[in-house]
Amino acid sequence: MALLDVKKMNVYYGMIHAVKDISFTVDEGDIVTLIGANGAGKTTILQTLTGIVPLKTGKVKYDGKDISHHLNHKLVYSGIAHVPEGRRIFAKLSVLQNLKLGAFTRNSKDEIDESLENVYKKFPILKERSKQLAGTLSGGEQQMLAVGRALMSKPKLLFLDEPSMGLSPIYVNTIFDIIQEVHKEGVSILLVEQNAKKALSIASKAYVLETGKIVKEGNPKELLNDPVIKSSYLGE
Amino acid sequence: MDFLTYFVNGLSLGSIYAIIALGYTMVYGIAKMLNFAHGDVLMIGSYITFVFMSQMGINPIISVLLAAICCTFIGVIIERIAYKPLRGANSLAVLITAIGVSYFLQNISLLIFGANTKSFKSIVTIPPLKLFDGQLMISSESIVTIALCIIIMLALTTFINKTKMGQAMLAVSEDRSASTLMGINVNGTIAMTFAIGSFLAAFAGVLLCSAYPTLTPTTGAMPGIKAFVAAVIGGIGSIPGAFIGGLILGVLENLSKAYISAQLSDAIVFSVLIIMLLVKPSGILGKSNIEKV
Repeated sequence: MALLDVKKMNVYYGMIHAVKDISFTVDEGDIVTLIGANGAGKTTILQTLTGIVPLKTGKVKYDGKDISHHLNHKLVYSGIAHVPEGRRIFAKLSVLQNLKLGAFTRNSKDEIDESLENVYKKFPILKERSKQLAGTLSGGEQQMLAVGRALMSKPKLLFLDEPSMGLSPIYVNTIFDIIQEVHKEGVSILLVEQNAKKALSIASKAYVLETGKIVKEGNPKELLNDPVIKSSYLGE
Repeated sequence: MDFLTYFVNGLSLGSIYAIIALGYTMVYGIAKMLNFAHGDVLMIGSYITFVFMSQMGINPIISVLLAAICCTFIGVIIERIAYKPLRGANSLAVLITAIGVSYFLQNISLLIFGANTKSFKSIVTIPPLKLFDGQLMISSESIVTIALCIIIMLALTTFINKTKMGQAMLAVSEDRSASTLMGINVNGTIAMTFAIGSFLAAFAGVLLCSAYPTLTPTTGAMPGIKAFVAAVIGGIGSIPGAFIGGLILGVLENLSKAYISAQLSDAIVFSVLIIMLLVKPSGILGKSNIEKV
């Protein structure tokens, strides 16, 4: 059974039909990636799933339950975490406050401390800077904070929106290593990326989006060798 | 000695402004709107206290607490009915609605309690404090007001920094959608902010009417506006800013009444606002933007 099952999702921004009849699934243990150019609707799909943008029509099932009408802050309680586009860390709060807010849905202090240690182990720089205001971190460090903050909720399913955007190649590799590490710990991942090559190389299933529609889906290794994909998204 | 008397009275008035300013500043920080009906919630709180205490003969402290609870509900209901449907609307629409709510509350009080001035019996019954052989007399109302203001500030700061709800407020004030992604109920947090602000407004109203014992449906209007000025001077959105702004404004108003002109004191107070907006629009403790791009 799919962990996340999206059927015929439609989303509008005013008059603009941004997401058209999109269906996809994320199985438990998957890394699913949605790739596509700017404006293809990738970010909108994630924002709809976590209730930032309203769903017009369609069905969303999570863990076997229909959650189409419950796409809101409560999803975090059921194990969905979202690292949004542009990181959206709380710049005026400290790194530690940001991480603690990530654990907002949890109550056991011991378990939260355990997750905190776990995040610090993955991102030692965050421990060093825990007292610093998050807005003073570099772009790469902010991205690590955004990922760390999402992990603090102990998610079963993690949405990552353009985690490599604006990062230097070294940080891109670090972030992708971390994504794989998190995946190995049993978290299923839905990854939205413009860096298609990187995304396809770690994914177990991929969907290609164009102007709000899915135009191709399949095995990422095959997509990497698909001539159309190669010329449109991989720059070869 | 005269100066000290004026100064202490100014601190007392300023403490009232500070407590009202808290409501403005918290609502602005978290809901990003100016709730111009805030001063009128204070007036309603005073009327409710008056009814419980003077007309029904209930113990003053219990009357104030009951009034504060009523105001909490009124604040939440106002938010639910008048402001929540406008979330995401343009800020001018929200501002006009707030002014409308303000007139609504004033007129409904006029309807229920009448236009006659009610003389409000002070809730403070302890004797005044005499210092320097009776040369400096501090009224018991001043002592209670200043003490209560400090207690409220400390309690609120602790609440914001130490509790989950407080951290949620900080998060919502910075980024609503990111807060949703943390699992924070943004609407609930905004309602909570209105609840706290209105709860405190009831206390401010009672303290105000204890010091200046006339109660009419427009009692809250002028102090409300001045508290707004205090919030802007201190840096709107900042809790310590509301405290500092309130005290500065209260002292300034009293000293100008004493040494310059009683008639001009309000003009002086509002001039300070204009100067502040020209010199440092973000206020004394206004948050500067530290975000790195």
